[in-house]
Amino acid sequence: MLMDFVFAFIIGGVICTIGQLILSYTRITSARLLVLFVVLGVALTALGLYEPIVQLGGAGATVPLTGFGYALANGAIEAVEEDGIMGALTGGIKNTAAGIGAAILFGYLAAIIFKPHTK
Amino acid sequence: MKITSDQSKRYQAVVNETMPKSNVLAQVLKAFLVGGIICCIGEGINKIGVLLLDMDEKTISGFVSVVMIFLGALLTGIGVYDKIGNFAGAGSIVPITGFANSIVAPAMEHKVEGFVLGVGAQLFSLAGPVLVYGTIASIVVGVIAFFVR
Repeated sequence: MLMDFVFAFIIGGVICTIGQLILSYTRITSARLLVLFVVLGVALTALGLYEPIVQLGGAGATVPLTGFGYALANGAIEAVEEDGIMGALTGGIKNTAAGIGAAILFGYLAAIIFKPHTK
Repeated sequence: MKITSDQSKRYQAVVNETMPKSNVLAQVLKAFLVGGIICCIGEGINKIGVLLLDMDEKTISGFVSVVMIFLGALLTGIGVYDKIGNFAGAGSIVPITGFANSIVAPAMEHKVEGFVLGVGAQLFSLAGPVLVYGTIASIVVGVIAFFVR
C-alpha cells in the first residue's frame, strides 16, 4: 500500500522531470509539450512499452498526460478487437470520454464562476 | 540593411549572455517533487475508489481523471494553480491537472468576448491540439492493430 505511493511518486516525478528537461533545453511552448506527451503516450502504449510503467507506477503513470495517451491507445486497440475497424475510430474517445466530459464541464464552470487573475 | 552572419552570431552571443540563466537542476528537482506529489494525490484517489467506493478497474481510471480534472479546474479558478506552476514548471504542466489548467485559464481570460467565441472557443485553444493529435494517433494505432492482429 505504502509502496504504491512511493512508486507513483517516483514514476510521476520522473515523467515530469523529462518534461522539464525538454522545456529547459529546447524552450518549446507548454502547448507543444502537452501534445508531444500525449502522442508519446499513444506511441509507447502501441509498442507495449507503457503498460509495464503503468503496472509499476499506477497513478504515477496514468495521471501525467502520457497516461491520457495510454488510455487513448488502449481504448482503440481493445475496441478494434471487439468491433473491428470501426473500433479504431470509437475506442480512443470512448475510453477517455469521462475525462473529456469532466474537462468540458468543470472547465466551463470554473471559467464562468471565477474572475481572471492578473499575473 | 543586410544582416551578415557575423552580426547575427554576435547578436546570438549577446542574447545568450544577457538571458537570465535559470538553474536547470533546481527547476528539475522542483518539477520532480511537485509532479510526484500530484501523482500521489491521484494514487490516493485511486485507493479511495478501490477501497471505499468499490469500483472496478475500468471505472477507476476514469474516476481518477475526473477528480484530478476537477481539482485542476478549481485550483486554476481560484488562482492557486498559476502559483504552483510558477514554482513547478513541467511538474504542474505534465499531469492531467495541467490539462485542466490549460482549459480553464484561456477561457477565463477571454470571458469578456462572450459565451460562445469567448469561453466556448477558448476552452480548447490549448486543449484542442492535445485532443486532435492524441485522437489521430489513437486512430492510427487502432488501424494498425486491426491489420496486425
